[in-house]
Amino acid sequence: MKYNILIGGQAGQGMDTISDVLEKHLKSRGLFVFSNKDYMSRVRGGHNFIQIRFGDEPVYSHYPELDLIIALDKNTIEFHRDRLKASGSIIADELIAYQNERVISLPITKATKEIGFYKAFGMVAAGAALKYFNISLEGVEKVLPKKFSDEIKTKNLDAIKKGYELLESRLSLSEGCTSNNILINGNTAIALGALAGGLSFYSAYPMTPATSIMTYLSKKQVEAGIVVEQVEDEISAINMAIGASYAGARAMTGSSGGGFSLMVEALGLAGITETPLVVVNSQRPGPATGLPTRTEQSDLSFMLTASHGEFPRMVIALRNPEDAFYQTFRALNLADKYQTVVMILTDQYLADYRMTIPKFKLDGLKIERYISGEEVLEEGEEYRRYKLTGNGISPRLIPGKVEGQIVLVDSDEHTEYSHITESAEVRNAMMEKRMKKLELMKEDIIEPEYFGVEKPEVVLIGWGSTYGPLKEAVEMLNNEGYRVGALSFGDIYPLPQKLLRKYAEEAKVLVNVEQNYTGQLAKLIMQETGIKMDKSILKYDGRQIDPKEIYNRVISEVL
Amino acid sequence: MLDIKLYNTNDENAWCPGCGNFSILDALKCATAELEIRPEDLVVVSGIGQAAKTPHYIRANGFNGLHGRALPPAQGIKMVNKNLKVIVTSGDGDSYGEGGNHFIHAIRRNMDITHLVYDNQIYGLTKGQGSPTTALGQKTTMQFEGVIQNPLNPLALAIASGATFVARTFTGDREGMIKILKEAIMHKGYSLVDILQPCVSFNKVNTFKWYMDRVYSLDESYDPTNKVLAFQKALEFGDDGIPVGVIYREYNKPIFEELHPVIRDNENVIDRVWNPQDAEKFIEEFM
Repeated sequence: MKYNILIGGQAGQGMDTISDVLEKHLKSRGLFVFSNKDYMSRVRGGHNFIQIRFGDEPVYSHYPELDLIIALDKNTIEFHRDRLKASGSIIADELIAYQNERVISLPITKATKEIGFYKAFGMVAAGAALKYFNISLEGVEKVLPKKFSDEIKTKNLDAIKKGYELLESRLSLSEGCTSNNILINGNTAIALGALAGGLSFYSAYPMTPATSIMTYLSKKQVEAGIVVEQVEDEISAINMAIGASYAGARAMTGSSGGGFSLMVEALGLAGITETPLVVVNSQRPGPATGLPTRTEQSDLSFMLTASHGEFPRMVIALRNPEDAFYQTFRALNLADKYQTVVMILTDQYLADYRMTIPKFKLDGLKIERYISGEEVLEEGEEYRRYKLTGNGISPRLIPGKVEGQIVLVDSDEHTEYSHITESAEVRNAMMEKRMKKLELMKEDIIEPEYFGVEKPEVVLIGWGSTYGPLKEAVEMLNNEGYRVGALSFGDIYPLPQKLLRKYAEEAKVLVNVEQNYTGQLAKLIMQETGIKMDKSILKYDGRQIDPKEIYNRVISEVL
Repeated sequence: MLDIKLYNTNDENAWCPGCGNFSILDALKCATAELEIRPEDLVVVSGIGQAAKTPHYIRANGFNGLHGRALPPAQGIKMVNKNLKVIVTSGDGDSYGEGGNHFIHAIRRNMDITHLVYDNQIYGLTKGQGSPTTALGQKTTMQFEGVIQNPLNPLALAIASGATFVARTFTGDREGMIKILKEAIMHKGYSLVDILQPCVSFNKVNTFKWYMDRVYSLDESYDPTNKVLAFQKALEFGDDGIPVGVIYREYNKPIFEELHPVIRDNENVIDRVWNPQDAEKFIEEFM
């Protein structure tokens, strides 16, 4: 059983705290939780909402149909009441005085007056919501924000209990089936993956929806012993990270499309200097400023070719918070292994949604630096940063670490000793050396994940954050007997082709499902394999596609 | 003093014969030799331009990056390894034009790095276009009717932005140049040295003689710690004279490395011992 709550109101009304307390409490009761935020690019006013889906079975995605709306203002009722299920209700303060048979009008403001703490409004509402679903309050005191003083905690706890008494339970579900889960969003999982992976340097400029990666790392900077620097612009961010990496740090930078656009020249710098670098692009709808707080998958084509000239790169799309952790860890290793750029693609939806997932397992994870010392040099040999080797990877020394040896890197085409050259012969040798790494990378790529019936007639092809919605949509379609499956790509470039070719051969209809206008993965697949999609399900309104929408569109547009 | 030959490379030099850059390269090698900075402890960082070729002509660790972007990697290097001496070799186009924003913010960050700007008041590598320091009215290979943008005053800008070591020197004064370079390298914090350097190929106005006729050294009576006076000195540039020497210096201003809690209190982050399991405590918070 899964339920779905929407909390709506204006920016600044404290929805985040209500949601935080509810999510954490539901999780502590052993339930699976998934929450996502829909917010406008403003600090006060407007209309924002948060959706919390929870249940006694795993929840992979947000969903349009609602069981309960917590309305902090009238607009919330107006905007969302049509999404209520037949059994659904709206909890609102009696002062909103909205005449509708669905509304459970509660004396919330009155309750806060009785407690003598008007800011407890949200907690009264949270208590009421918990009662609505018949969730026990046991342990709720533990999930109140840590920043609250004891006095404020007591008042908030009183408020939750007061809210709990305001109504009768209408729904219920069994509790207590999971215990080793964490509740985390995509950006924090990226930051944690980076920390676990030995990140020692992060430079960035704030840009929604990538900022929270830097915020988390900055908060942990001292404890982890790393350097996190907010710089003057994204050009500086990436060039500084490349400098730090050259000097031996594990370096990463991140931004959204606009900031990433500023970084592109330096991607090539990392490419030609063969400096390891991980770059995160947390996508939002463009072009230019686009929709700053909303979501899209429209930077894939750009990421594949960003920067002039040719150099090897790897592009990894994150599908969910687990991927965010493990793939960021892996990206840092791969960047060091191939001494080039590894790009991580995420988006606002995945950056911000929180879900319960199994706690990250650190055993078995290994940091691999591929840094050499004097053992790679013969006696009397002068170090060559770009020594031509069989596989294109030259031994990497760190400046200042080997007595008598210097490390020189150059953005110009260069000799093995890194001096500028225009020799055609050397140019060919160096291009071939670098591009060889692209071939090597193919041994490291991971095939997409397939889910659905064994012999599908229709295969939906997606990438990145559509993973959750696709997973639920396929399940819904399978449950009704449709022979549908889905391939969800994580590694995108070099493009893994094995499963793609298998299902392209077996299935009758291939459909790319993407959050962009031009079908960017479909274009890549066509370019790399000649496989053409039969249909497309595309969306570019800045809102994440949900399972129901995929389900509906597959039935109406594909089947 | 180290043997100056330690810094020699066998890379063929691509500067024009008679270029002032040769004198700067020589002075730089003298300064590092006298200060006994071993090649492996030195990093020469540059962007693009004639000055930016310096890392190829001095044997030291080197990072020859992108046009205008010498300062960000230089600071990134210093942030993760404070044992390295970091010297940026750049030109007026690279530092004051393409890299203008980084210039201001490197001053704000005040890391212990040295920023040398080979200032020939013209674009050399791209063949003679006006640079941010080209004089008003000067005709160039691009500004056919003369430059109509006001020249930037890098020293005044640096002082106004809070730099703690601001100097100007001239390639015609070898001893003075070596002295200033040494002082700049030894200065704790960000140091700017604007080096007047005649471009023999493209600047027919600011010639060696032009500078010789105008340049004068600041004597001992000049107090470079007086910010208001320094600002006045920084504004002096033209037919009435061009002062060279340390224009402004401020002692004991805390530098980035002393203020940053991790850099201040720890070994270099590149030497941090870390295992994935060390992240367990962070993950626990999400249980």
